[in-house]
Amino acid sequence: MKRVIVGAGVAGIAAIEAIRSLDSIGEIVMVGDDPHGYYSRPGLAYYLTGELHDKTLYPRASEDYRKLNFRYVKGRVKNILRDAHVLELENGPSISYDKLLIAVGAQAAPLEIPGATLDGVLKLDHMEDAKRILKQARRGKTAIVVGGGITALELTEGLLSRGMNVHYLLRGDRYWSGVLDDQESRIVEGRLQEVGVTLHHRAEAIEILGRKNRVIGVRLRDGRVMKCDLVAYAIGIHPRVELARQAGLAVDRGILVNEHLQTNDVNIFAAGDVAQVYDPSTGRSALDSLWSSAREQGYAAGLNMAGKATVYVKSIPFNVTRLAGLTTTIIGAVGAGDDKDLVGIARGDSETWRQLPDAMVAQSGFDVNRVRLLLGEKRLLGAVVMGDQKLSYPLEKIVSESVDISPIREELLSPQARIGDVIAKFWASMRN
Amino acid sequence: MAILGIFQRGPIKHAVLSSGQVTPDPARCVQCGICTYNCPVDIDVRAHAWRGEPVIHSHCLTCGECVARCPRGALRFEKTDLFTRRES
Ligand SMILES: Cc1cc2nc3c(=O)[nH]c(=O)nc-3n(C[C@H](O)[C@H](O)[C@H](O)COP(=O)(O)OP(=O)(O)OC[C@H]3O[C@@H](n4cnc5c(N)ncnc54)[C@H](O)[C@@H]3O)c2cc1C
Ligand code: SF4
Ligand code: SF4
Repeated sequence: MKRVIVGAGVAGIAAIEAIRSLDSIGEIVMVGDDPHGYYSRPGLAYYLTGELHDKTLYPRASEDYRKLNFRYVKGRVKNILRDAHVLELENGPSISYDKLLIAVGAQAAPLEIPGATLDGVLKLDHMEDAKRILKQARRGKTAIVVGGGITALELTEGLLSRGMNVHYLLRGDRYWSGVLDDQESRIVEGRLQEVGVTLHHRAEAIEILGRKNRVIGVRLRDGRVMKCDLVAYAIGIHPRVELARQAGLAVDRGILVNEHLQTNDVNIFAAGDVAQVYDPSTGRSALDSLWSSAREQGYAAGLNMAGKATVYVKSIPFNVTRLAGLTTTIIGAVGAGDDKDLVGIARGDSETWRQLPDAMVAQSGFDVNRVRLLLGEKRLLGAVVMGDQKLSYPLEKIVSESVDISPIREELLSPQARIGDVIAKFWASMRN
Repeated sequence: MAILGIFQRGPIKHAVLSSGQVTPDPARCVQCGICTYNCPVDIDVRAHAWRGEPVIHSHCLTCGECVARCPRGALRFEKTDLFTRRES
Protein backbone atom coordinates (compact mmCIF):
# COMPACT_ATOMS: atom_id res chain seq x y z
CA MET A 1 0.00 0.00 0.00
CA LYS A 2 1.60 3.25 -1.13
CA ARG A 3 0.33 6.44 0.47
CA VAL A 4 1.22 9.79 -0.98
CA ILE A 5 0.76 13.19 0.62
CA VAL A 6 0.87 16.42 -1.34
CA GLY A 7 1.88 19.41 0.77
CA ALA A 8 4.44 19.56 3.58
CA GLY A 9 2.36 21.54 6.03
CA VAL A 10 1.02 20.60 9.45
CA ALA A 11 -1.89 18.61 7.97
CA GLY A 12 0.54 16.48 5.95
CA ILE A 13 2.90 15.90 8.88
CA ALA A 14 0.02 14.91 11.14
CA ALA A 15 -1.22 12.48 8.48
CA ILE A 16 2.17 10.76 8.36
CA GLU A 17 2.20 10.44 12.14
CA ALA A 18 -1.26 8.91 12.03
CA ILE A 19 -0.32 6.40 9.34
CA ARG A 20 2.80 5.44 11.24
CA SER A 21 0.81 4.90 14.41
CA LEU A 22 -0.90 2.02 12.61
CA ASP A 23 1.59 0.88 10.02
CA SER A 24 5.31 1.15 10.62
CA ILE A 25 6.53 -0.12 7.24
CA GLY A 26 4.05 0.80 4.47
CA GLU A 27 5.53 3.13 1.87
CA ILE A 28 4.85 6.85 2.38
CA VAL A 29 5.88 9.64 0.02
CA MET A 30 5.45 13.35 0.75
CA VAL A 31 5.68 15.90 -2.07
CA GLY A 32 6.16 19.55 -1.19
CA ASP A 33 7.00 22.61 -3.24
CA ASP A 34 8.07 24.99 -0.48
CA PRO A 35 11.88 25.19 -0.56
CA HIS A 36 11.79 25.56 3.23
CA GLY A 37 9.74 22.41 3.87
CA TYR A 38 7.69 22.21 7.06
CA TYR A 39 7.74 25.17 9.45
CA SER A 40 5.38 27.08 11.69
CA ARG A 41 3.42 29.35 9.42
CA PRO A 42 1.75 31.32 12.25
CA GLY A 43 5.24 31.77 13.70
CA LEU A 44 6.20 33.87 10.66
CA ALA A 45 4.56 36.81 12.43
CA TYR A 46 7.03 36.54 15.32
CA TYR A 47 9.90 36.25 12.90
CA LEU A 48 8.79 39.57 11.42
CA THR A 49 8.70 41.27 14.81
CA GLY A 50 12.11 39.84 15.67
CA GLU A 51 10.88 37.78 18.62
CA LEU A 52 12.50 34.73 17.16
CA HIS A 53 15.06 33.63 14.67
CA ASP A 54 13.99 32.01 11.40
CA LYS A 55 15.78 28.82 12.39
CA THR A 56 13.46 28.55 15.38
CA LEU A 57 10.45 28.10 13.11
CA TYR A 58 11.31 24.53 12.15
CA PRO A 59 9.69 22.18 14.66
CA ARG A 60 11.44 19.04 13.46
CA ALA A 61 15.03 17.95 13.07
CA SER A 62 16.12 15.52 10.36
CA GLU A 63 16.31 12.84 13.02
CA ASP A 64 12.57 13.23 13.69
CA TYR A 65 11.80 12.82 10.00
CA ARG A 66 13.98 9.73 9.79
CA LYS A 67 11.96 8.16 12.57
CA LEU A 68 8.77 8.72 10.59
CA ASN A 69 10.34 6.80 7.74
CA PHE A 70 8.99 8.47 4.62
CA ARG A 71 10.43 9.69 1.34
CA TYR A 72 10.37 13.42 0.75
CA VAL A 73 10.20 14.70 -2.80
CA LYS A 74 10.81 18.39 -3.37
CA GLY A 75 8.56 19.37 -6.21
CA ARG A 76 5.22 20.64 -7.33
CA VAL A 77 2.41 18.35 -8.31
CA LYS A 78 0.97 19.51 -11.61
CA ASN A 79 -1.72 16.93 -12.29
CA ILE A 80 -3.56 14.10 -10.67
CA LEU A 81 -4.35 11.30 -13.12
CA ARG A 82 -7.08 9.55 -11.20
CA ASP A 83 -7.63 6.63 -13.55
CA ALA A 84 -3.96 5.73 -13.55
CA HIS A 85 -3.44 6.62 -9.84
CA VAL A 86 -0.50 8.78 -10.79
CA LEU A 87 0.74 12.27 -9.88
CA GLU A 88 2.56 14.29 -12.51
CA LEU A 89 5.19 16.68 -11.20
CA GLU A 90 6.34 19.91 -12.77
CA ASN A 91 9.96 18.81 -12.70
CA GLY A 92 10.70 15.19 -12.06
CA PRO A 93 9.35 11.71 -12.49
CA SER A 94 5.70 10.87 -11.89
CA ILE A 95 4.65 9.23 -8.64
CA SER A 96 2.06 6.49 -8.33
CA TYR A 97 -0.26 6.17 -5.34
CA ASP A 98 -2.80 3.83 -3.82
CA LYS A 99 -4.15 6.42 -1.37
CA LEU A 100 -3.62 10.13 -1.81
CA LEU A 101 -3.94 13.08 0.58
CA ILE A 102 -4.22 16.58 -0.80
CA ALA A 103 -3.02 18.97 1.90
CA VAL A 104 -1.84 21.92 -0.17
CA GLY A 105 -3.17 24.67 2.07
CA ALA A 106 -4.34 28.08 0.99
CA GLN A 107 -2.72 31.15 -0.47
CA ALA A 108 -3.22 34.88 -0.09
CA ALA A 109 -6.07 36.24 -2.15
CA PRO A 110 -4.48 38.53 -4.73
CA LEU A 111 -4.91 42.27 -4.57
CA GLU A 112 -6.75 42.99 -7.77
CA ILE A 113 -5.98 46.63 -8.44
CA PRO A 114 -3.65 48.23 -10.99
CA GLY A 115 -0.04 48.21 -9.85
CA ALA A 116 -0.39 45.16 -7.61
CA THR A 117 2.48 43.38 -9.35
CA LEU A 118 5.01 46.17 -8.76
CA ASP A 119 8.13 45.47 -6.72
CA GLY A 120 7.45 46.29 -3.10
CA VAL A 121 3.88 44.96 -3.03
CA LEU A 122 4.08 42.18 -0.47
CA LYS A 123 1.98 39.44 1.12
CA LEU A 124 2.65 36.94 3.90
CA ASP A 125 2.10 33.29 3.00
CA HIS A 126 5.47 31.59 3.14
CA MET A 127 8.92 31.83 4.64
CA GLU A 128 10.11 33.42 1.39
CA ASP A 129 7.50 36.15 1.76
CA ALA A 130 8.67 36.89 5.30
CA LYS A 131 12.28 37.09 4.15
CA ARG A 132 11.28 39.41 1.31
CA ILE A 133 9.44 41.67 3.74
CA LEU A 134 12.42 41.84 6.07
CA LYS A 135 14.73 42.64 3.18
CA GLN A 136 12.54 45.50 2.01
CA ALA A 137 11.53 46.96 5.37
CA ARG A 138 13.67 50.03 5.92
CA ARG A 139 13.87 52.05 9.09
CA GLY A 140 12.39 55.50 8.65
CA LYS A 141 10.61 54.64 5.39
CA THR A 142 6.86 54.42 4.93
CA ALA A 143 4.72 51.33 4.56
CA ILE A 144 1.03 51.05 3.76
CA VAL A 145 -0.90 48.03 4.98
CA VAL A 146 -4.15 47.01 3.32
CA GLY A 147 -6.61 44.36 4.46
CA GLY A 148 -8.03 42.92 7.62
CA GLY A 149 -8.01 40.07 10.09
CA ILE A 150 -5.01 38.79 11.97
CA THR A 151 -2.48 38.81 9.16
CA ALA A 152 -2.96 42.50 8.34
CA LEU A 153 -2.16 43.33 11.97
CA GLU A 154 0.82 41.00 11.97
CA LEU A 155 2.15 42.82 8.94
CA THR A 156 1.51 46.16 10.62
CA GLU A 157 3.31 45.12 13.80
CA GLY A 158 6.16 43.48 11.94
CA LEU A 159 6.84 46.54 9.79
CA LEU A 160 6.49 48.84 12.78
CA SER A 161 9.00 46.86 14.80
CA ARG A 162 11.42 47.21 11.89
CA GLY A 163 11.25 50.95 12.31
CA MET A 164 8.91 51.80 9.46
CA ASN A 165 6.20 54.45 9.54
CA VAL A 166 3.08 52.41 9.06
CA HIS A 167 -0.22 53.60 7.65
CA TYR A 168 -3.02 51.08 7.96
CA LEU A 169 -5.88 51.56 5.54
CA LEU A 170 -9.32 50.27 6.48
CA ARG A 171 -12.08 50.29 3.90
CA GLY A 172 -14.79 50.27 6.53
CA ASP A 173 -15.36 52.00 9.83
CA ARG A 174 -13.48 49.64 12.08
CA TYR A 175 -11.00 46.82 12.36
CA TRP A 176 -12.16 43.17 11.84
CA SER A 177 -15.84 43.96 12.02
CA GLY A 178 -16.73 40.42 10.97
CA VAL A 179 -15.53 38.98 14.27
CA LEU A 180 -15.00 41.76 16.81
CA ASP A 181 -17.68 44.02 18.18
CA ASP A 182 -17.44 47.78 18.12
CA GLN A 183 -15.75 48.12 21.50
CA GLU A 184 -13.20 45.42 20.73
CA SER A 185 -12.29 47.02 17.41
CA ARG A 186 -11.81 50.35 19.19
CA ILE A 187 -9.53 48.80 21.79
CA VAL A 188 -7.31 47.31 19.09
CA GLU A 189 -7.29 50.51 17.06
CA GLY A 190 -6.47 52.60 20.12
CA ARG A 191 -3.49 50.44 20.88
CA LEU A 192 -2.26 50.60 17.32
CA GLN A 193 -2.40 54.38 17.46
CA GLU A 194 -0.59 54.41 20.79
CA VAL A 195 2.39 52.61 19.31
CA GLY A 196 2.50 54.95 16.35
CA VAL A 197 0.43 53.38 13.59
CA THR A 198 -1.56 55.89 11.55
CA LEU A 199 -5.04 54.57 10.90
CA HIS A 200 -7.18 55.64 7.97
CA HIS A 201 -10.85 54.68 8.02
CA ARG A 202 -12.98 54.44 4.89
CA ALA A 203 -9.78 54.51 2.91
CA GLU A 204 -9.78 52.23 -0.09
CA ALA A 205 -6.70 51.79 -2.24
CA ILE A 206 -7.72 51.64 -5.88
CA GLU A 207 -4.32 51.84 -7.53
CA ILE A 208 -0.70 51.31 -6.59
CA LEU A 209 1.57 53.83 -8.18
CA GLY A 210 5.07 52.99 -9.31
CA ARG A 211 8.19 54.28 -10.91
CA LYS A 212 10.71 51.98 -12.63
CA ASN A 213 8.56 49.06 -11.63
CA ARG A 214 8.79 49.93 -7.93
CA VAL A 215 6.05 51.16 -5.57
CA ILE A 216 6.02 54.87 -4.82
CA GLY A 217 2.51 55.38 -3.54
CA VAL A 218 -1.14 54.49 -3.41
CA ARG A 219 -4.17 56.21 -4.88
CA LEU A 220 -7.35 56.13 -2.79
CA ARG A 221 -10.91 56.06 -4.03
CA ASP A 222 -11.49 59.60 -2.78
CA GLY A 223 -8.68 60.79 -5.06
CA ARG A 224 -6.00 61.25 -2.41
CA VAL A 225 -2.52 60.00 -3.17
CA MET A 226 -0.34 58.68 -0.34
CA LYS A 227 3.38 58.24 -0.83
CA CYS A 228 5.01 55.05 0.41
CA ASP A 229 7.95 52.73 -0.06
CA LEU A 230 6.10 49.48 0.22
CA VAL A 231 2.60 48.05 0.35
CA ALA A 232 1.73 44.93 2.36
CA TYR A 233 -1.67 43.31 1.96
CA ALA A 234 -3.75 40.59 3.58
CA ILE A 235 -7.28 40.62 2.24
CA GLY A 236 -8.11 36.97 2.79
CA ILE A 237 -7.06 33.60 1.47
CA HIS A 238 -8.06 31.16 -1.24
CA PRO A 239 -7.81 27.43 -0.66
CA ARG A 240 -5.59 25.96 -3.39
CA VAL A 241 -8.27 23.94 -5.16
CA GLU A 242 -6.83 23.97 -8.71
CA LEU A 243 -5.29 20.48 -8.57
CA ALA A 244 -8.51 18.97 -7.32
CA ARG A 245 -10.62 20.87 -9.79
CA GLN A 246 -8.48 19.77 -12.74
CA ALA A 247 -8.77 16.20 -11.52
CA GLY A 248 -12.55 16.51 -11.53
CA LEU A 249 -12.97 16.24 -7.76
CA ALA A 250 -15.94 17.95 -6.12
CA VAL A 251 -14.93 21.49 -5.20
CA ASP A 252 -16.85 24.40 -3.71
CA ARG A 253 -14.85 27.09 -1.86
CA GLY A 254 -12.48 24.31 -0.79
CA ILE A 255 -12.20 20.64 -1.72
CA LEU A 256 -15.39 19.00 -0.50
CA VAL A 257 -14.82 16.10 1.85
CA ASN A 258 -17.09 13.98 4.01
CA GLU A 259 -16.64 13.39 7.73
CA HIS A 260 -13.88 10.90 6.89
CA LEU A 261 -12.00 13.64 5.02
CA GLN A 262 -12.64 11.69 1.85
CA THR A 263 -13.34 13.40 -1.47
CA ASN A 264 -15.78 12.02 -4.01
CA ASP A 265 -12.95 9.70 -5.10
CA VAL A 266 -12.64 6.98 -2.43
CA ASN A 267 -8.84 6.89 -2.76
CA ILE A 268 -8.31 10.61 -2.38
CA PHE A 269 -8.52 12.58 0.86
CA ALA A 270 -8.11 16.27 1.63
CA ALA A 271 -7.29 18.04 4.92
CA GLY A 272 -6.24 21.40 6.31
CA ASP A 273 -6.76 24.84 4.82
CA VAL A 274 -7.69 23.37 1.43
CA ALA A 275 -10.51 21.18 2.74
CA GLN A 276 -14.12 22.18 3.12
CA VAL A 277 -15.25 19.66 5.66
CA TYR A 278 -18.74 18.31 6.15
CA ASP A 279 -19.93 18.68 9.71
CA PRO A 280 -22.68 16.18 10.53
CA SER A 281 -23.77 18.24 13.54
CA THR A 282 -24.73 21.24 11.39
CA GLY A 283 -25.25 19.55 8.04
CA ARG A 284 -22.95 22.13 6.46
CA SER A 285 -19.47 22.15 5.00
CA ALA A 286 -17.14 24.82 6.33
CA LEU A 287 -13.63 26.15 5.82
CA ASP A 288 -11.17 26.75 8.63
CA SER A 289 -7.75 28.28 8.43
CA LEU A 290 -6.51 27.19 11.79
CA TRP A 291 -3.33 25.36 12.63
CA SER A 292 -4.97 23.02 15.13
CA SER A 293 -7.86 22.16 12.80
CA ALA A 294 -5.37 21.38 10.02
CA ARG A 295 -3.47 19.12 12.38
CA GLU A 296 -6.59 17.29 13.57
CA GLN A 297 -7.94 16.87 10.06
CA GLY A 298 -4.59 15.62 8.78
CA TYR A 299 -4.43 13.11 11.59
CA ALA A 300 -7.94 11.80 10.95
CA ALA A 301 -7.26 11.60 7.20
CA GLY A 302 -4.07 9.62 7.91
CA LEU A 303 -5.94 7.11 10.05
CA ASN A 304 -8.52 6.67 7.31
CA MET A 305 -5.78 6.21 4.70
CA ALA A 306 -4.24 3.53 6.88
CA GLY A 307 -7.52 1.66 6.98
CA LYS A 308 -8.93 2.73 10.33
CA ALA A 309 -12.33 4.29 9.68
CA THR A 310 -12.28 7.52 11.66
CA VAL A 311 -14.82 10.31 11.78
CA TYR A 312 -13.35 13.78 12.11
CA VAL A 313 -15.18 15.50 14.90
CA LYS A 314 -14.81 19.21 14.49
CA SER A 315 -13.88 20.79 17.77
CA ILE A 316 -15.16 24.22 18.68
CA PRO A 317 -13.06 26.50 16.51
CA PHE A 318 -10.94 28.79 18.54
CA ASN A 319 -7.84 30.86 18.18
CA VAL A 320 -5.58 32.62 20.60
CA THR A 321 -3.81 35.48 18.98
CA ARG A 322 -2.29 38.83 19.71
CA LEU A 323 -4.07 41.85 18.38
CA ALA A 324 -1.92 44.92 18.71
CA GLY A 325 -0.06 43.20 21.51
CA LEU A 326 -3.23 42.22 23.31
CA THR A 327 -3.74 38.50 23.77
CA THR A 328 -7.17 37.67 22.44
CA THR A 329 -9.02 34.37 22.46
CA ILE A 330 -11.92 33.79 20.12
CA ILE A 331 -14.10 30.79 20.93
CA GLY A 332 -17.12 29.35 19.15
CA ALA A 333 -19.62 31.58 17.36
CA VAL A 334 -18.92 35.24 18.01
CA GLY A 335 -19.67 37.55 15.17
CA ALA A 336 -21.79 38.26 12.15
CA GLY A 337 -20.83 41.68 10.89
CA ASP A 338 -19.90 42.62 7.38
CA ASP A 339 -16.16 43.09 6.85
CA LYS A 340 -15.15 45.25 3.94
CA ASP A 341 -11.46 44.48 4.37
CA LEU A 342 -11.65 40.77 3.71
CA VAL A 343 -12.83 38.55 0.91
CA GLY A 344 -14.14 35.32 2.44
CA ILE A 345 -11.99 33.69 5.07
CA ALA A 346 -8.67 34.98 6.44
CA ARG A 347 -5.73 33.30 8.14
CA GLY A 348 -6.35 32.07 11.62
CA ASP A 349 -10.06 32.31 10.90
CA SER A 350 -13.03 29.99 10.90
CA GLU A 351 -16.25 30.29 8.95
CA THR A 352 -18.02 28.89 11.99
CA TRP A 353 -17.29 32.01 14.02
CA ARG A 354 -19.59 34.00 11.84
CA GLN A 355 -22.56 31.66 12.03
CA LEU A 356 -24.24 33.66 14.71
CA PRO A 357 -27.18 31.79 16.13
CA ASP A 358 -29.85 33.25 18.35
CA ALA A 359 -27.84 34.62 21.21
CA MET A 360 -27.86 37.23 23.93
CA VAL A 361 -24.72 39.17 24.58
CA ALA A 362 -23.17 39.72 27.97
CA GLN A 363 -20.04 41.79 28.31
CA SER A 364 -17.82 43.39 30.82
CA GLY A 365 -14.71 45.52 30.83
CA PHE A 366 -14.21 48.53 28.63
CA ASP A 367 -10.46 48.80 28.58
CA VAL A 368 -7.83 46.24 27.71
CA ASN A 369 -9.37 43.49 29.78
CA ARG A 370 -12.64 42.59 28.24
CA VAL A 371 -14.91 39.60 28.02
CA ARG A 372 -17.84 39.15 25.67
CA LEU A 373 -20.10 36.13 25.93
CA LEU A 374 -22.69 34.87 23.50
CA LEU A 375 -25.38 33.15 25.50
CA GLY A 376 -27.82 30.67 24.05
CA GLU A 377 -30.84 29.34 25.91
CA LYS A 378 -28.83 26.89 27.97
CA ARG A 379 -25.37 26.96 26.53
CA LEU A 380 -22.57 29.35 26.02
CA LEU A 381 -22.17 29.64 22.24
CA GLY A 382 -19.09 31.75 21.99
CA ALA A 383 -16.75 34.13 23.75
CA VAL A 384 -14.11 36.74 23.08
CA VAL A 385 -11.54 37.29 25.80
CA MET A 386 -9.15 40.20 25.47
CA GLY A 387 -6.21 40.96 27.70
CA ASP A 388 -6.27 39.00 30.93
CA GLN A 389 -6.64 35.39 29.87
CA LYS A 390 -7.64 33.80 33.17
CA LEU A 391 -11.13 33.11 31.85
CA SER A 392 -10.10 31.83 28.47
CA TYR A 393 -9.44 28.25 29.49
CA PRO A 394 -12.66 27.79 31.52
CA LEU A 395 -14.71 29.48 28.80
CA GLU A 396 -13.27 27.26 26.13
CA LYS A 397 -14.25 24.20 28.15
CA ILE A 398 -17.71 25.56 28.94
CA VAL A 399 -18.34 26.19 25.24
CA SER A 400 -16.79 23.01 23.88
CA GLU A 401 -18.38 20.72 26.44
CA SER A 402 -21.80 22.36 26.02
CA VAL A 403 -22.06 22.87 29.75
CA ASP A 404 -25.54 23.82 30.95
CA ILE A 405 -25.17 27.41 32.08
CA SER A 406 -28.78 28.00 33.15
CA PRO A 407 -27.74 28.38 36.80
CA ILE A 408 -25.74 31.52 35.96
CA ARG A 409 -27.46 32.78 32.83
CA GLU A 410 -29.59 35.39 34.50
CA GLU A 411 -26.73 36.64 36.60
CA LEU A 412 -24.56 37.00 33.50
CA LEU A 413 -27.23 39.03 31.75
CA SER A 414 -27.86 41.42 34.62
CA PRO A 415 -26.67 44.94 33.79
CA GLN A 416 -24.03 45.11 36.50
CA ALA A 417 -22.77 41.57 35.96
CA ARG A 418 -19.24 40.90 37.05
CA ILE A 419 -18.76 38.27 34.40
CA GLY A 420 -15.27 37.34 35.52
CA ASP A 421 -16.35 36.53 39.05
CA VAL A 422 -19.48 34.68 37.98
CA ILE A 423 -17.59 32.46 35.54
CA ALA A 424 -14.73 31.86 37.96
CA LYS A 425 -17.16 30.76 40.68
CA PHE A 426 -19.12 28.58 38.29
CA TRP A 427 -15.93 26.99 36.98
CA ALA A 428 -14.71 26.24 40.49
CA SER A 429 -18.03 24.62 41.38
CA MET A 430 -17.91 22.57 38.17
CA ARG A 431 -14.49 21.25 38.98
CA ASN A 432 -15.47 20.15 42.45
CA MET B 1 29.00 31.40 33.29
CA ALA B 2 25.66 31.59 31.58
CA ILE B 3 24.37 28.74 33.67
CA LEU B 4 25.56 30.47 36.82
CA GLY B 5 23.70 33.60 35.79
CA ILE B 6 20.51 31.67 35.46
CA PHE B 7 20.82 30.08 38.82
CA GLN B 8 21.54 33.41 40.40
CA ARG B 9 18.35 34.99 39.21
CA GLY B 10 16.45 31.73 39.37
CA PRO B 11 15.71 31.06 43.02
CA ILE B 12 13.08 33.70 43.68
CA LYS B 13 10.88 32.76 40.79
CA HIS B 14 11.61 29.16 41.51
CA ALA B 15 10.20 29.46 44.98
CA VAL B 16 7.02 30.99 43.66
CA LEU B 17 6.43 28.73 40.74
CA SER B 18 7.78 25.38 41.71
CA SER B 19 4.39 24.09 42.76
CA GLY B 20 3.75 22.49 39.41
CA GLN B 21 5.07 21.54 36.04
CA VAL B 22 4.72 23.12 32.66
CA THR B 23 1.64 21.63 31.03
CA PRO B 24 0.77 22.34 27.40
CA ASP B 25 -2.55 22.54 25.64
CA PRO B 26 -1.74 21.25 22.14
CA ALA B 27 -4.90 22.75 20.64
CA ARG B 28 -3.52 26.23 21.34
CA CYS B 29 0.01 25.59 20.17
CA VAL B 30 1.13 26.70 16.72
CA GLN B 31 4.65 25.24 17.00
CA CYS B 32 6.30 28.64 16.69
CA GLY B 33 9.16 27.65 18.97
CA ILE B 34 9.27 30.78 21.13
CA CYS B 35 9.18 28.57 24.24
CA THR B 36 12.09 26.41 23.19
CA TYR B 37 14.02 29.50 22.04
CA ASN B 38 13.64 31.10 25.46
CA CYS B 39 14.22 28.10 27.69
CA PRO B 40 17.45 28.77 29.57
CA VAL B 41 18.30 25.09 29.78
CA ASP B 42 17.39 24.19 26.20
CA ILE B 43 14.44 21.97 26.87
CA ASP B 44 12.44 21.44 23.69
CA VAL B 45 9.18 22.67 25.18
CA ARG B 46 7.62 22.88 21.71
CA ALA B 47 8.03 19.13 21.23
CA HIS B 48 6.23 18.56 24.53
CA ALA B 49 3.48 20.91 23.38
CA TRP B 50 3.03 18.94 20.15
CA ARG B 51 2.63 15.70 22.05
CA GLY B 52 0.56 17.29 24.81
CA GLU B 53 2.99 16.01 27.43
CA PRO B 54 3.92 18.00 30.52
CA VAL B 55 7.55 18.98 30.87
CA ILE B 56 8.84 16.41 33.30
CA HIS B 57 12.49 17.08 33.00
CA SER B 58 15.10 17.01 35.70
CA HIS B 59 16.74 20.15 34.28
CA CYS B 60 13.57 22.24 34.25
CA LEU B 61 14.00 25.21 36.59
CA THR B 62 10.27 25.94 36.61
CA CYS B 63 11.41 29.46 35.89
CA GLY B 64 8.25 30.17 33.90
CA GLU B 65 10.07 31.72 30.98
CA CYS B 66 8.31 29.49 28.43
CA VAL B 67 4.89 30.01 30.05
CA ALA B 68 5.27 33.76 30.09
CA ARG B 69 6.55 34.06 26.52
CA CYS B 70 4.15 31.74 24.74
CA PRO B 71 2.05 34.07 22.61
CA ARG B 72 -0.86 31.62 22.54
CA GLY B 73 -1.35 30.89 26.20
CA ALA B 74 -0.64 27.26 25.37
CA LEU B 75 1.45 26.62 28.47
CA ARG B 76 0.53 26.74 32.09
CA PHE B 77 1.78 25.48 35.39
CA GLU B 78 -0.30 22.67 36.68
CA LYS B 79 0.03 20.67 39.81
CA THR B 80 1.00 17.14 39.02
CA ASP B 81 -0.96 14.14 40.23
CA LEU B 82 2.12 13.16 42.08
CA PHE B 83 2.11 16.45 43.83
CA THR B 84 -1.53 16.40 44.78
CA ARG B 85 -1.19 12.93 46.14
CA ARG B 86 1.76 13.97 48.20
CA GLU B 87 -0.13 16.94 49.54
CA SER B 88 -3.23 15.09 50.57
C1 LIG C 1 1.06 34.65 8.53
C2 LIG C 1 0.14 33.58 8.99
C3 LIG C 1 -0.49 33.69 10.21
C4 LIG C 1 -1.34 32.69 10.68
N1 LIG C 1 -1.88 32.81 11.91
C5 LIG C 1 -2.62 31.80 12.42
C6 LIG C 1 -3.14 31.85 13.73
O1 LIG C 1 -3.03 32.87 14.41
N2 LIG C 1 -3.80 30.79 14.23
C7 LIG C 1 -4.02 29.68 13.49
O2 LIG C 1 -4.63 28.72 13.98
N3 LIG C 1 -3.58 29.61 12.21
C8 LIG C 1 -2.89 30.64 11.67
N4 LIG C 1 -2.43 30.56 10.38
C9 LIG C 1 -2.94 29.47 9.53
C10 LIG C 1 -2.20 28.17 9.65
O3 LIG C 1 -0.85 28.37 9.43
C11 LIG C 1 -2.79 27.21 8.64
O4 LIG C 1 -4.12 26.93 9.00
C12 LIG C 1 -2.04 25.91 8.54
O5 LIG C 1 -0.70 26.14 8.23
C13 LIG C 1 -2.68 25.02 7.48
O6 LIG C 1 -1.92 23.86 7.30
P1 LIG C 1 -2.00 23.01 5.97
O7 LIG C 1 -1.14 21.83 6.22
O8 LIG C 1 -3.41 22.80 5.60
O9 LIG C 1 -1.43 23.93 4.81
P2 LIG C 1 -0.04 24.69 4.66
O10 LIG C 1 0.63 24.91 5.94
O11 LIG C 1 -0.34 25.88 3.82
O12 LIG C 1 0.85 23.68 3.83
C14 LIG C 1 0.59 23.33 2.50
C15 LIG C 1 1.87 23.03 1.77
O13 LIG C 1 1.58 22.51 0.47
C16 LIG C 1 2.49 23.03 -0.45
N5 LIG C 1 1.90 22.92 -1.79
C17 LIG C 1 0.90 23.66 -2.32
N6 LIG C 1 0.61 23.26 -3.58
C18 LIG C 1 1.45 22.24 -3.86
C19 LIG C 1 1.65 21.41 -5.01
N7 LIG C 1 0.90 21.55 -6.10
N8 LIG C 1 2.62 20.47 -4.96
C20 LIG C 1 3.39 20.32 -3.85
N9 LIG C 1 3.23 21.07 -2.73
C21 LIG C 1 2.28 22.02 -2.74
C22 LIG C 1 2.67 24.45 0.02
O14 LIG C 1 3.87 25.01 -0.45
C23 LIG C 1 2.72 24.27 1.54
O15 LIG C 1 4.03 24.01 1.98
C24 LIG C 1 -1.57 31.55 9.88
C25 LIG C 1 -0.95 31.44 8.64
C26 LIG C 1 -0.10 32.43 8.18
C27 LIG C 1 0.58 32.28 6.84
S1 SF4 D 1 5.58 29.26 22.40
FE1 SF4 D 1 3.51 28.45 22.74
S2 SF4 D 1 2.63 28.33 20.68
FE2 SF4 D 1 4.84 28.58 20.40
S3 SF4 D 1 5.60 26.45 20.25
FE3 SF4 D 1 5.73 27.04 22.40
S4 SF4 D 1 3.82 26.30 23.31
FE4 SF4 D 1 3.54 26.34 21.10
S1 SF4 E 1 9.96 26.49 33.09
FE1 SF4 E 1 11.93 27.40 32.47
S2 SF4 E 1 13.37 25.70 32.50
FE2 SF4 E 1 11.35 24.78 32.58
S3 SF4 E 1 10.90 24.33 30.42
FE3 SF4 E 1 10.06 26.39 30.85
S4 SF4 E 1 11.67 27.81 30.27
FE4 SF4 E 1 12.60 25.78 30.41
